Amino acid sequence: MMQVASMHFKERAHVKLNDEVLQGNLRKIKGKFVAKRKASLVELDDFEGTRDAGRAIRQRALDNLDVWLEMFEQNATERGATVLFAQNPAEINKLVLDIATHHGARKIIKSKSMVSEESALDHAIEGAGLKVVETDLGEYILQINDYEPPSHIIGPALHKSKEEVADLFHRVHGTPRKDGIDELCVEARGVLRDHYLNADMGITGGNFFVAETGSVVLVTNEGNATLATTLPKVHVAISGIEKIVPTLEDVATLMRLLPRSATGQSISNYVDILTGPKGRGEYHGAEHMYFIVVDSGRSDVLGSEVREALRCIRCGACMNHCPVYQNVGGHAYGWVYPGPIGSVLTPMYVGLENALDLPQASTLCGQCAVVCPVRIPLPDLLRKLREREFVEDLRPWSERTALRLWARVARYPGLYAWSTRLAVRFLRSRAGSNGMIEKLPLGSGWTSGRAMPAPAGRTFRDLYAERKAAAGKSSP
Amino acid sequence: MTTSIDDNRPSRDALLARVRRALGKDGADPRARADADAYVAARAQGPRPAMPVDLVAKFLTRATDMASTVTRIASAQAIPAAVLAYLDALELPAALAAQNAHHGVCWPEFAALDWSGAGLHIEVRPTVGDDRLGITGCFCAIAETGTLVFLSGADTPTATTLLPDTHIAVVRAGRVVSGMEEAFALIRVECATMPRAVNMISGPSRTGDIEQTIVLGAHGPYRVHILLVD
Repeated sequence: MMQVASMHFKERAHVKLNDEVLQGNLRKIKGKFVAKRKASLVELDDFEGTRDAGRAIRQRALDNLDVWLEMFEQNATERGATVLFAQNPAEINKLVLDIATHHGARKIIKSKSMVSEESALDHAIEGAGLKVVETDLGEYILQINDYEPPSHIIGPALHKSKEEVADLFHRVHGTPRKDGIDELCVEARGVLRDHYLNADMGITGGNFFVAETGSVVLVTNEGNATLATTLPKVHVAISGIEKIVPTLEDVATLMRLLPRSATGQSISNYVDILTGPKGRGEYHGAEHMYFIVVDSGRSDVLGSEVREALRCIRCGACMNHCPVYQNVGGHAYGWVYPGPIGSVLTPMYVGLENALDLPQASTLCGQCAVVCPVRIPLPDLLRKLREREFVEDLRPWSERTALRLWARVARYPGLYAWSTRLAVRFLRSRAGSNGMIEKLPLGSGWTSGRAMPAPAGRTFRDLYAERKAAAGKSSP
Repeated sequence: MTTSIDDNRPSRDALLARVRRALGKDGADPRARADADAYVAARAQGPRPAMPVDLVAKFLTRATDMASTVTRIASAQAIPAAVLAYLDALELPAALAAQNAHHGVCWPEFAALDWSGAGLHIEVRPTVGDDRLGITGCFCAIAETGTLVFLSGADTPTATTLLPDTHIAVVRAGRVVSGMEEAFALIRVECATMPRAVNMISGPSRTGDIEQTIVLGAHGPYRVHILLVD
């Protein structure tokens, strides 16, 4: 399993906020995905209706997941593919190595698979003495940088500047240092082209498994998944049990949502629907096709209060629009999935006690729910996990005491009004002439990185009472 | 517990049992399966964007949006001359001049065309990796997104659309359909089963993985040119 660092969110976020290079890189891309998404939505006459349909498709699949899984298995098997089931990360790696051994594969090329990040599959492959090459440009950059973890689910290396990539290529490829992004891409293309042509096996993820046909749907812009499933003699598609969709018509609907929500494109450049091994007389295509359908905690999510998170189609819109993600970047989250969806899934997959800060790593501004193409109520799910942390005694003593105290005071309106007035007066006394508080007793965690604005002076209750009185006077 | 590829049954059964438990089900439910079959048979579609009557015009506009280029020609006989005209009009920097080669490969359906008469050297074979130019037909094309649809088969080698620097695809006007749904319907009508691969390609291979700057020709073709035969 991929090393879990999600318990260190606070410390890591702090480091990332003070990382000048990263902050510069994040500033460069800030808002790009947001603007492109917005521009692409107008092409759909009924975007909200399409979101409703997307939600219904994903929920229909989850509500009878066992039925759709069996239908998928049956149809894929009929077409000559082998459908395997992995219960945990270790089993994913074991099955992949079994397949490689069975077919005598020495070199494996991979297109992006987040599920294989969960199981740290590349390390397992290398540990078995085989070669593995990531072909998604972002993933390739991370692989040759000693397997740096991805920071974004669709742009895994977006935290890196072109200068950093140029240094990396120069060092690892031993070629003259390139300046332009174009030249860097051409260099990577040349290196990877050779790997495509002589790899024995291709591993891909799966954006969707289609139940009615027993197919996998692969979506890329680079075409790397298409090449990885066209040239090697073995293809292994790995994805989670929740990625099932019933029909091809459902794929058509979801494909109106996925690229627009992800990169603001009307369609991704390459969309492949692959069904079984190659037919008679076919020159290209895999002779052997395997599916690995992965649980790894998903069935637990299905039976939990956050089950709606399984509707996710991994577009990344929630993180692109999240003010916390935009400032700390993906690495702070400490595991495979960053951003709001990661803050729900990571605690479920690695244990809530190992990811205590993640459900808190949100202002609950609600933007993630506004943009989610399958209407996952992310703020509600985060709140449910916060509740669970409280109920299971997982929050620090000081926070629990403070909340209890607040709850006690809030029960007495008079006392509450008096104490808030007192608190406001106290906070204003701490503020400098600019109205900002630089240092807050008991709140140094807040003020060590930034100043806190002092309250405006009067409480909501005071203002409300005053307006009500005024309204009473003016009405007949 | 981990299983092997020869005996994965225990994991399969345990996984399905856990899913059923999570859903509060006792076991396999024949009625749920009948409902699922009925849903598949109903072929329900989601909301569709409005499409104009002239699908070909829409397709050409959308294909251009996706960075494909387009030439309209009157008949299949005009294909070799159109290919030559396209190649000669390419303005490539000296470093990439080799990509402007007048030789390449094509699918068997274009074997009878007079390539040499147009000054081109086109071989009828699947690409093996270092061909500069790949000429293919397509199964159909999708107007909504400017997409070319390719089905794998003995006479439609997949990699010819992927490996060459330049991919030229011939699209017949009558094969332009409205959306992905119509492409799937056409596959159901014309093919006995789903082919191994349905590759839907919209413009050249691209990446935005470095600083979100779009670069064409990430792994596949640098350029996709469409010859629309009216």
